Amino acid sequence: MQLMSKFWIILFHTYLSKIKTKSFIVTTLITVAILLALTNMSRIIDVFNKDDVKNILVIDETTQMFTPLKEQMKIIDKELQIKSFDGTVNEAEQAVEEGKYEGVLILAFNKENLPEATYKANSIADTGVSSGLESALQQIKTMLTAAQINLTMEQLAKLNEPVHFEKIALEKDAKTEEELDQARGLVYVLLFIIYFSVIMYATMIAMEVATEKSSRVMEILISSVSPVQQMFAKIVGIGLVSLTQLAIQLAVGYYSVKQNMSSMKGGFFDSFGFDNLPIMTIVYGVIFFLLGYFLYATLAAFLGSLVSRIEDVQQMITPMTMLVVAGFMIAMFGLGNPEASFIRITSFIPFFTPMIMFLRVGMLTIPVWEITLGIIILVGTIVVLGIFGARVYRGGVLMYGKSNSFKDIKKALHLGKK
Amino acid sequence: MVLKLENVTKRFGSFTAVSDLSLTIPDREIFGFLGANGAGKTTTFRMILGLLDANDGRITWDGEKIDYSTSHLIGYLPEERGLYPKLKVSEQIVYLARLRGMSKKDALKELEYWLERFKVPEYMNKKVEELSKGNQQKIQFISAVLHKPKLLILDEPFSGLDPVNVELLKEAVVELKRNGTTIVFASHRMEHVEELCEFLCIMHKGKPVVHGELKGIKRSFGKKNLIIHADFELEFLENFRGITRFKTTAEGAYIQIDNEQTAENILKEIVGKGFIRKFALEEPSLNDIFIEKVGAAYE
Repeated sequence: MQLMSKFWIILFHTYLSKIKTKSFIVTTLITVAILLALTNMSRIIDVFNKDDVKNILVIDETTQMFTPLKEQMKIIDKELQIKSFDGTVNEAEQAVEEGKYEGVLILAFNKENLPEATYKANSIADTGVSSGLESALQQIKTMLTAAQINLTMEQLAKLNEPVHFEKIALEKDAKTEEELDQARGLVYVLLFIIYFSVIMYATMIAMEVATEKSSRVMEILISSVSPVQQMFAKIVGIGLVSLTQLAIQLAVGYYSVKQNMSSMKGGFFDSFGFDNLPIMTIVYGVIFFLLGYFLYATLAAFLGSLVSRIEDVQQMITPMTMLVVAGFMIAMFGLGNPEASFIRITSFIPFFTPMIMFLRVGMLTIPVWEITLGIIILVGTIVVLGIFGARVYRGGVLMYGKSNSFKDIKKALHLGKK
Repeated sequence: MVLKLENVTKRFGSFTAVSDLSLTIPDREIFGFLGANGAGKTTTFRMILGLLDANDGRITWDGEKIDYSTSHLIGYLPEERGLYPKLKVSEQIVYLARLRGMSKKDALKELEYWLERFKVPEYMNKKVEELSKGNQQKIQFISAVLHKPKLLILDEPFSGLDPVNVELLKEAVVELKRNGTTIVFASHRMEHVEELCEFLCIMHKGKPVVHGELKGIKRSFGKKNLIIHADFELEFLENFRGITRFKTTAEGAYIQIDNEQTAENILKEIVGKGFIRKFALEEPSLNDIFIEKVGAAYE
């Protein structure tokens, strides 16, 4: 009987039984639904706005402004349809009150022969309509005024031209302001996924271990497979579960973004920089997610091995959860100020590295040696924690009774000593 | 395949759980392992299984140390019962059997046989949490013997079972022994040990106080039981020389005596005092021996 094959039996048993759980299916479905909803936002908004064309009556007392206004409206807001009305103001107001039209716009010239307008509607709460009309009229007024003072079209264009303002970072390879904004969106999403998944799956491991202990299956398990093998098979098995979920999320997200690329342009999604998805950021995201997972999973596994009752798990892993939350908080601060030396220092502290080093990699262009050093420290910590954790686990799984304090680590180490 | 414990000592900090324990558990026998709670039975089992290492001494099976490379030859029914509550019987038995080196197909076939034998074939696809405690115990027993172990450790296998199920499991244990399994059997129930085991050991505070073959132990114990049913009061015998314990019963008295000579003396004493319905000399029961050795505090 090869020892390796037992490792795989536990690994696949863990993987398959977790994949089938309700909690996995539900969380996957919810996150996928949120992703789909977010990426399809503009389509969803369109669906609700489809038959929202608003008709507005125009009484043109100047007899020459209706045609240019109609042209302008086509550019500004296609959903506002204007229609010339020949009747009296009273008749028009009546039509509006009956709900046939959104409002009535009365155009006239003032003393200086410039356009002025009055807009009447049942309610003027919808400023979208009035401001659309107003800006169209503003354009017309500008053109008319320009004609009055004999400005050419070129002179007018010059007048309207915005000032040329460019921001240039002096640091070599530094990301431009625009790139930084785009990176921020994606980094934020991935940070959130890392944070959420690490907490969720580390807790899952601790629960799994505590369940086996409290249901006393552990006694049988440890008589057939060494606790250390069990612990690592479980960590890898649940790691695969988390990767499966991540893969589903990334695949759905990526596909949906590609599908909606055109409709998402110009909206608030611009800030996410999705039109040129930086693949490296996602790759680093996956790497740091995995490292973070292994770090906290090892911690969770041996903490879980110390409790005898499932109820005590939460209490036992609270300090660990706090570490993850602290890392996430620092990362949130770092999103706005990734260059801060505080961020740089914390990115080398292994418990924070997965989120903060990733933040720096995603937001800035940092030297390769810094990334490598961060990863080496992190991997080193995982190995040390793995060896230490395995010894605690060995003893911890044999301990029963009121054991939910950190003093028990010492006791477990003693018991686990061969 | 003799299981040998030589001068085994296990300490937890300043507490000595097992002290200088030497045992020889013969091949293909059922070995009774007795002791009050906290006598060191579970610790000894954990050391035999290699889950804990002894501070001193050696444990060998057929000359080799037991570790995870031999775990497919070993079956273990822990005292603290436990299975995955959310898994189906078939799922978890197959999982546990595969960890003991069985294939899925063989495990299912064996499981069917055992469920049939324990008269619960309908539990195949039930979740464990839906079963009664006694039935969960049957399932756990199956998981300990499914892979046909050569060495089987049963820690209180019959506790919490009704008499019918005790008989079912007892038969299974005897059959396993006949088929060549060495069984270490721990129990508080003296009559079960007396019935099943030819060799036994009584542990007290980590030390073996009695160790050997049942017959020999009884013989060397010396003391015997005397049962008297008589029509007259027997209380006057209470301080009779050679009586170590005296208990009045509804029909007479139940007396423990130090040897056969005392029985003769008692008979001479009571003859002529009235009608004696019964005067019987019996071998000591394991219960008597246990109480004597471990202390009357435990019953």
